[in-house]
Amino acid sequence: MYKATVIIKRRPNILDPQGKAVEQGAKLMGFNNVSSTRIGKYIEFFVNTDSKSEAENEVKLYSEKLLSNPIMEDFEYELDEVK
Amino acid sequence: MKPKFGVVVFPGSNCDHDGYYAVKKVLNYDAEFLWHKENDLKNADVVLLPGGFSYGDYLRTGSIARFSPIMDSVIKFAQKGGVVIGICNGFQILLEAGLLPGVMIQNQSLKFVCKDIYLKRVNNNSLFTSHLEKELLKIPIAHGDGNYFADSDTLKKIEDNDQIAFKYCSSDGEESDKFNPNGSVRNIAGVLNKEKNVLGMMPHPERACDPLLSKTDGQGIFISIAESILK
Repeated sequence: MYKATVIIKRRPNILDPQGKAVEQGAKLMGFNNVSSTRIGKYIEFFVNTDSKSEAENEVKLYSEKLLSNPIMEDFEYELDEVK
Repeated sequence: MKPKFGVVVFPGSNCDHDGYYAVKKVLNYDAEFLWHKENDLKNADVVLLPGGFSYGDYLRTGSIARFSPIMDSVIKFAQKGGVVIGICNGFQILLEAGLLPGVMIQNQSLKFVCKDIYLKRVNNNSLFTSHLEKELLKIPIAHGDGNYFADSDTLKKIEDNDQIAFKYCSSDGEESDKFNPNGSVRNIAGVLNKEKNVLGMMPHPERACDPLLSKTDGQGIFISIAESILK
């Protein structure tokens, strides 16, 4: 079995209103060095197979087809074997 | 003969009855609900994807509904030239399904906006807009994620191909940031697919049909659709 962690990031050319609003909060708190706050998603799940390549395929397809929208987001993933 | 509207019901749809009421009770067309777990479109001439918060708007708006069984049939229907209209969450589902170009993100203000706005008809010869009596329509919006975005290549394509159905504007037709309720690129409120048989729009024409509500500008969109089918 593998544990997958997927990180979804919004592409740099796509506006992130949430990140912008959060950064306004940071400025109000006095974090004046903070800039370019961007909010993404962290998703974790198990893949029930002993084959790493099968797990990779599944994670990629799941990430491309559902977890991210390839028009506006990129994803990265990690796979750790669970014994 | 009356055209038949198939109104899809997803878990979390909340404008399905508004859409059904507008086409069946106000405009006197045929209508039937289509449950999302089925794949039979029940001989509908038009598929209406209603507004709401399908699957709780989790992950991205429309992203999970897009994989409901009924959507396989809707996609095939659209690809064969069938008429599909997606309103609000229905628009978001059509974007996620790849039936329309672009993506939807959160309103620039991060606020849910619920108010009447004015729309300008941009494409005036599509089957959705041909029978509109006015160039400017007063129609309500109600959404948190209505900020339409497409990259510059896509925008050029949809502009060149006359795929922009509606833009947000003032009551006298001025298009500017001031009259853009959500931050949508180029004030875009509604988009057509390349073949012009699929329309997605954030404003709610079904909520501007019944004369009792003293707003009827939405009727023209459904009348245009019906006339195109009766032709």
